[in-house]
Amino acid sequence: MAAEKAEMDALKKECDGLRAQIEAARKAVNDGSMSASAGGVEAVGRVQLKLRKNLKGHLAKIYAMHWSADSRQMVSASQDGKLLIWDTFTGNKLTAVPLKSAWVMSVAFAPSGNLVASGGLDNICTVYNIKAASPKTLRELDAHTGYLSCSRFLSDSEIITASGDTTCCLWDLETGKQKVVFTNHIGDCMSLALSPDENSFISGACDSLAKLWDIRSGTCKQTFSGHTSDINAIAFFPSGNAIITGSDDCSCKMYDLRADQEVIGYQDTSLNAGVTSVALSNSGRLIFAGYDDFNCHIWDSLKGEKVGVLSGHDNRVSCTGVPADGMGVCTGSWDSFLKLWN
Amino acid sequence: MPVINVDDLTDKDKALMEVTQLKREVQLQRWMTSKCCEEIKDYIQAGVDEDTLVKGISEDKNPFKEKGGCVIC
Repeated sequence: MAAEKAEMDALKKECDGLRAQIEAARKAVNDGSMSASAGGVEAVGRVQLKLRKNLKGHLAKIYAMHWSADSRQMVSASQDGKLLIWDTFTGNKLTAVPLKSAWVMSVAFAPSGNLVASGGLDNICTVYNIKAASPKTLRELDAHTGYLSCSRFLSDSEIITASGDTTCCLWDLETGKQKVVFTNHIGDCMSLALSPDENSFISGACDSLAKLWDIRSGTCKQTFSGHTSDINAIAFFPSGNAIITGSDDCSCKMYDLRADQEVIGYQDTSLNAGVTSVALSNSGRLIFAGYDDFNCHIWDSLKGEKVGVLSGHDNRVSCTGVPADGMGVCTGSWDSFLKLWN
Repeated sequence: MPVINVDDLTDKDKALMEVTQLKREVQLQRWMTSKCCEEIKDYIQAGVDEDTLVKGISEDKNPFKEKGGCVIC
């Protein structure tokens, strides 16, 4: 017993020492903040987007949405037990996918547009072929021991999932088996995002950490700390060199991957609600963050200032997304509606 | 790739995992934050003029606009 405790103490001491070294290394390269670099940049002014469409159809809280790569179709998931695929140009519903389990928390559109995936408290990621005459279950990916919080397709044959069991996983859709398991978080994984080059992905978890992973090797390359509560939302800055996180601590942060640290934070004393979702405009200048206060607030990513708000939902904004062509932003809410703005 | 069930990991396994991870991270070559922030700013400036959500869009080019009815220009 004493030997085991001594061993644990030695490991803990080693960890503390390594952490101190990492902090010192980060400090050593911290020679200037974003406010210094962005000082000469013109302010964006007040960003006032108009509500263009109010999509009605779900009968219960919306938990997730994801744009198709064509920037026109979009899929939403609700605890009414359905996925709805929308034509956002007309506002029409194209397809309804009935779910085996109504407790859905995540939804994803494959880049090809042929498949969608969803999952939640059933711990399973179910992949559907939506190009069939009626939506057909292609695969049930069943190995996580906790809820499915997020999923993203690499292609029609590979998907990455994040789970409340603290792991993320790369699956082979042809076999339905796990290819790589990403283990390192010590809290429920809540969100994931793929890098633009698709060689890595980032995850945010309830351990208040964001982690960068190499998809093929399964290794965690970097860990980003600073948040003081669960990270619910995560996104890549369009260049792929920085990440944006949103947390229950009511703030968002931008971490630069090469500097390995936070370079700017987005918080406001008047904002006392947790962040549920984040999305960026195409240039990266604007951050759309959905909050528990029923609004989606817009931040100037360079200046760290709030520059606008999307108001209209009657309940928590649970999901936010900007399509690949950057033409608008979609917000989804527990009030059962999705709204399109630009 | 073996499936790791986190519930099966002992405290020692977790501590070893943490040390291994920190040893990996301590080796990272880090860039100066000033250089990184400049690059982010430059990236944004290069794209902001084409960013619809920053610059706005005219009614006739807006794919999401409401159709039908009368439009007073």
